[in-house]
Amino acid sequence: MSGPNSEYDPVEVTPLQAEQVAAMREEALAAIAAAQDLDQLKRARLEHAGDRSPLALANREIGALPPQARKEAGQRVGQARGAVNAALAERTAVLEAEAEEGMLVEETVDVTLPTGRRGRGSRHPITLMSDYIADLFVAMGWEVAEGPVLEAEWLNFDALNLGPDHPARTMQDTFWTEPADDHLVLRTHTSPVQARTMLERTPPIYVICPGRVFRTDEYDATHSPMFHQVEGLVIDEGITMAHLKGTLDHFAEQMFGTGITTRFRPSYFPFTEPSAEVDLVCFVCRGEAGAVEECRTCKGEGWIEWGGCGVVNPRVLAACGIDSERYRGFAFGMGIDRSLMFRTGAEDLRALFEGDVRFSSGFGTEW
Amino acid sequence: MRTPVSWIREYADLPADLSSDDLARRLTALGLKLEALERPGAEVRGPLVVGRVLTMEPEKQKNGKTINWCTVDVGDANGTGEPQGIVCGAHNFAPGDLVVVVLPGGVLPGPHGSDAVEISARKTYGHVSAGMICSAHELRIGEDQSGIIVLPPDAGRPGDDARPVLGLEEEVIEFEINPDRSYALSLRGVAREAAMAFDATYTDPCLRDVPPANDEGYPVRVEDPVGCPVFVARTVTGFDPSAPTPEWLARRVRLAGMRPISLAVDVTNYVMLETGRPIHGYDGDKLQGSIVVRRATAGERLTTLDGTDRALSPEDLVVCDDSGVIGLGGVMGGETTEMSDATSTVVIEAAHWDPVAMFRTGKRHRLTSEAGKRNERGVDPTICEVAAERVAELLTTYGGGSVSPGVTVVGTPPAPEPIRISARLPEQVAGFPIPTADTERCLRAVGATIQRDADGDPGDSLTVTPPPWRPDLTDPYDLVEEVVRIVGYDKVPSLVPLPPVGRGLTREQRLRRRIGRTLASLGCVEVVSFPFVGEDTFDALGLPDDDVLRHTVRLSNPLSAERPLYTTTLIPGILDAAARNLGRGAPGVSLFETGTVAFPADRGPAPVYGVDWRPTEAELEKLFEAIPVQPLYLAAVLSGEREPAGWWGGGRAADWSDAIDLVRQLGRELGLEVEVRQASRMPWHPSRCAEVLVDGEEFGHAGELHPRVCQAYGVPRGTAALEVDLDFLMNRAVDVPRAPTYSHQPLAKEDVALVVEDGVTAADVEEALRSGAGELLESVRLFDVYTGPQVGDGKKSLAFALRFRAPDRTLTEAETGAAGGAAVAAAAAAVGAVQR
Repeated sequence: MSGPNSEYDPVEVTPLQAEQVAAMREEALAAIAAAQDLDQLKRARLEHAGDRSPLALANREIGALPPQARKEAGQRVGQARGAVNAALAERTAVLEAEAEEGMLVEETVDVTLPTGRRGRGSRHPITLMSDYIADLFVAMGWEVAEGPVLEAEWLNFDALNLGPDHPARTMQDTFWTEPADDHLVLRTHTSPVQARTMLERTPPIYVICPGRVFRTDEYDATHSPMFHQVEGLVIDEGITMAHLKGTLDHFAEQMFGTGITTRFRPSYFPFTEPSAEVDLVCFVCRGEAGAVEECRTCKGEGWIEWGGCGVVNPRVLAACGIDSERYRGFAFGMGIDRSLMFRTGAEDLRALFEGDVRFSSGFGTEW
Repeated sequence: MRTPVSWIREYADLPADLSSDDLARRLTALGLKLEALERPGAEVRGPLVVGRVLTMEPEKQKNGKTINWCTVDVGDANGTGEPQGIVCGAHNFAPGDLVVVVLPGGVLPGPHGSDAVEISARKTYGHVSAGMICSAHELRIGEDQSGIIVLPPDAGRPGDDARPVLGLEEEVIEFEINPDRSYALSLRGVAREAAMAFDATYTDPCLRDVPPANDEGYPVRVEDPVGCPVFVARTVTGFDPSAPTPEWLARRVRLAGMRPISLAVDVTNYVMLETGRPIHGYDGDKLQGSIVVRRATAGERLTTLDGTDRALSPEDLVVCDDSGVIGLGGVMGGETTEMSDATSTVVIEAAHWDPVAMFRTGKRHRLTSEAGKRNERGVDPTICEVAAERVAELLTTYGGGSVSPGVTVVGTPPAPEPIRISARLPEQVAGFPIPTADTERCLRAVGATIQRDADGDPGDSLTVTPPPWRPDLTDPYDLVEEVVRIVGYDKVPSLVPLPPVGRGLTREQRLRRRIGRTLASLGCVEVVSFPFVGEDTFDALGLPDDDVLRHTVRLSNPLSAERPLYTTTLIPGILDAAARNLGRGAPGVSLFETGTVAFPADRGPAPVYGVDWRPTEAELEKLFEAIPVQPLYLAAVLSGEREPAGWWGGGRAADWSDAIDLVRQLGRELGLEVEVRQASRMPWHPSRCAEVLVDGEEFGHAGELHPRVCQAYGVPRGTAALEVDLDFLMNRAVDVPRAPTYSHQPLAKEDVALVVEDGVTAADVEEALRSGAGELLESVRLFDVYTGPQVGDGKKSLAFALRFRAPDRTLTEAETGAAGGAAVAAAAAAVGAVQR
C-alpha cells in the first residue's frame, strides 16, 4: 500500500490519467468477456476487480491528488470500477446459467422406463355402480335403505302381497334355509327392504334399496344365482304413475345418456297395481330408422328391457301399516349387474364374480 | 301361449291388411307380451307336396339300421306322374298313409344354426332316393323327431302343395302370459284382447247353446264343493277310437305347441286351447260306478298318466269311482281310466277347481301340466257346460257315435264380487285426465258390467262387476290397471316428484365407501364372491370341529350339494379368487372383499303373519330376532409378488406384515389406533398370526396363512390374509377428528438400541419406552431389528428412534438425554431391556 503521495506532482500521477484508466477498464472488460467458465471468471475477477487489481490500486492513488484534481479522477476510476463490476455480474449470471444447464443435461434419465412399483387398487364395478346410483338419487333428496340378505319369508313374500299360495311365488326360484319351516330365505329381490322401510318409517318416503339378491338360477353368461338389484320406493300424498315415469326417465338419462328415456308395458307384480315393465330406448341404435334394423343389442326392437315398476298395491301399504286412503306410492326395480353390462359393454356376467383383477382393476375407485 | 293368427282372426274380425307384427306389437302394449313371432316352415322352399306311400320294403343295413325303400305317389308334382322312389329311415307309417314329401330342387332349413340343405336325387343305401319324406323337425315346425309326419286321410290328394295342409303359411304369435291374465291362456281370451285393440267385432266361442242339465247323465257326487264348485259330465258312446283327427284340428293343436296324439286327446286339448277350460276324458268302459270328488285320505296312492306312482295328501282333490282314486282333480288323470285305442265310450269331465288347491297339489307333486297351469291361475267357471258340449260335438262329428242325452251338472259357478270404485281413481293414479266415459268404455271392453250408484253424484262412484273369466279383478286398483292399459301406458306423462329435504347418505354408508377407497389406495382390488361354502371348505381352512365358524345357516335347496352353507367367513371366496388369478399367470395379487357373513340366530322359526294389517311392534321384534345375525366383514388376501423387481432394484413378495399393515392403515383412516397382539387362530400360521384390537377389544385377525391352507387353495406359501369385523370398526370410527395442535419448536433426536430376550415383542418394548419417555416425547419408531453374535443367542437388538419436542422452547441436550434415559429405564424395568 503506498503512503501519501506528497512528493509527486499531482498532474504527473500516471495511473490516474484518463488514458490509463480507460486502458485498465478495457483490459478488465475483455478478461471478463473472455472467461469461459466460472473458474476463469473467478480468476478474472481477482485480477481485474480484486484488491490488488490495477483499478483498485489506482483508486488508492486518488487521495494523493491535490483536492482540486480528486473529483475528476475519482469519477473516472469509480465509473471504470462500476462498469467492471456490472460486467462481472452479468457474466456470472450467464456462466451460472450455462453451468446449471450443463448439469441438468447430465442428469438426463429415460422417462419411458416402467414406473409401476406398486400395484394400483380398485373398487368393484358393482360397488361403483351402486354408489353412482345412490348419489344420483341422493342428489334428488332420496335416501338409501338397506337390509339383510338372509331374510324372513314374511318380509320377502307375504308382506308384499305374495301369499303362500300365490302362483307368482313360483316365478322366483327361492333359496330356502334348512329346516324349511324356519321361514327364512335368501332374499329373491330387495323388496323386503321396501317392506322394512315402510314398517319403520312414516311417509313421505323416498328411498332406493340397492343390494345383493339370490335366485336358484344356473350360472351362465347371463344368469347367476347371486346378482344385484336396485329398487326404488316412494310413498307420499298425490303420487301418480306420472311421477314414476318422470323418475325413471331421469334415472335412465343419467345412466345411459340424454334421450335414453323409458316406456311402460303392462305387466304383473303382486306388490304393484297397476304394474309395468320398463323398457329403455336402445342406447346403441336409439331406435333410429336405418340403425335399428341392424341393431344387435335390441334385435331390431329399438327398446331394451330394463326392469319392472308400478303403483304400490294398497294391500302392501296395509300390511305395513300405511294409510292407503291418504298415501299412494310407486316402486321400481332393475338389475345393477345388467345395467352395468349395458353401461360398460361387459358381455359375460361371470366376469363380475370370478375376481379376475384384469377385469375389476379397469374400473377405478369412483364413477 | 302360442296362438296361430288365423285362429285369432276366427273370433276377432281384424282388418284384413293388419300385419301380424302390428298385431303382436299392439297386444304387447296391452300386456300380452310378444315372446316370438314365428312363421313355421318359412325357410322351406321349392316343391313340398302331399304324397301317398304305395309300397315300403324294409331293408336291413350293415350298420344295423333298417331303412325303408318306398315308392310314393306324388301325383303330377314330379312331372312324370310315376311313383317316386324314396329312402326313409322312419318306421311310423304304412303303405296307404299320406305323407309330406320334399322333391329334388326343394330346400330345407339346415339343422339349427347351419346352412339350408338343397334336396337332390342321390344314391344312398343302394337306391337312388329322389326326395325326402319329412318330419316336423326337418321342416322346423315342431320338435318332434320321433318319426315322419303322417297326415290325416282327408288332408289332400297326392301332388297337392303341402304348405296349406301343414299350416306353413300360418303365422304363430307366442305370448308370454303373466300369471294374472289366465284368460289369455286361451284363444278366446287372446282374440278378445285383439278385437278390443282394433275395435273389431268379437265372436265369443263360448257363446253356444247347451242342453239343460238332467238326471240322466253320468252319476257324479261332489263331496267338497269348495274345492270343486262345478262338475259337468257328458257321455259319448259308439265312438270310433281309430278315427283320425281332422287335419285342420291337428294343425292347430300342432301350431299351438302340443303334439297331436289321437282324436279324443286332440279334441280335449283343442277345446282347452279354444276356451281355456281344461277337459278330462275318461274311458267310460273302465269307470266303475259313480264319480265322486273329494279330498284324498292319508295313505291313498295314484298312478298318474305320466306313469308316476304318487302318495296323496289329504289336501289333494281327487276324482274317484268305486275302484278308488282315478284322478288328481284338475291336475292330471290316472292310468286306470285312461283313454286308449279301444275306447268307444268317453265320459267328458269339465269341472271348475279351486285355484289354491290346484296350486298346492301341483307344487306338492311337482307336476306342471297345461291343465294345472290354467286351473291354478283361475278359469272362467261359467263355461264348463259349453266346453263339455263342444268336446262332445267334435268327438261325434269326427269320431262317429252319439252324445248321450244325459247332462250332469253338479254345483253352480261362483259369481264375481262387484267392486266399488271412484270414477276418478284411474286418473288420480295415472296422473293424467281420464274422463269417466273412457273409464266405463274400457271396463266394458274387458267384459265388466257397470252400475252407477243411484244415490251419489252421477259418475262419481261406479259399481263394477268383473266378467267371470277375470278372477284377477278383485280390487279397485285392478280396475285402474285395466283402464290405464287400454287408454295406453304411453299416455302417462313424465313428471319428476319433489321429495322433502333428504339427509344424504348415512354415516355407515359413507364409512363403507371410505373403507373401500382406503383399501384400493393401498393397492388392493375389490372382488365379489358367492357366499356358499361346504363342510370341506372349513376343513381346508383347518378349522377345529367345534369352531364357531362351523355353526352356519344351511340352505335346503343349494345349487351345489357340495356348497350348501351360507358362509361365516369371506376368506374362502377371496382365496379362490387369488388362486384363480395366480393360476392365470398373475405374478401376485392383493384382493379385498367386503360382505356380510351369517351366523344362525338360533331363536326358532321366523313367524309368518297375515297381510291384512301391520304386525304389532312385539310381533315385528320376534320376526327380526329370528333372522340370522349378519355382520359386515372385510377380508383381504395378499399373495405372491407385492412389489415387482425392476430397474430400481429388487422386488418383494407379500408377507404377514402387509396384512397387518392394511389393518393398521385402515384403523388410522378411521381415526383408530389398532393394537396388535400375537395370537394363534386357524387358518393362519400359528406363529405368524396377530389378533387386532381397538380399546382392548379384538375385531379380527391378520398375518400369514397356515402352510396347509396355502397348499389346499393352491396359493404360494407365505400368502397373507386378514379378516376383520367392519361393523365393529365402523361403530368406533371417529366421525369428526379434533383439529391437531403442533409445535413450531425444533425437533430433538435420540436413538437407542435395546437388547431384549427373543420372546419380548416389539410392541411391549415400544409401550415401555412410551410410558417412560414423558410428555416431551413426540414419536417412537422401530427402525432396525438385529439378531446375531453381537447380542448373543436367544436375544435380539431393537433400535428405536425417539423424537422429542417441547411446545414452547428449544430442548437442551440435557433435557433430551434425560427423557431418553427415562425411556430406557422404563424399558429395562418392564421387559429387561439393556442398552447396547
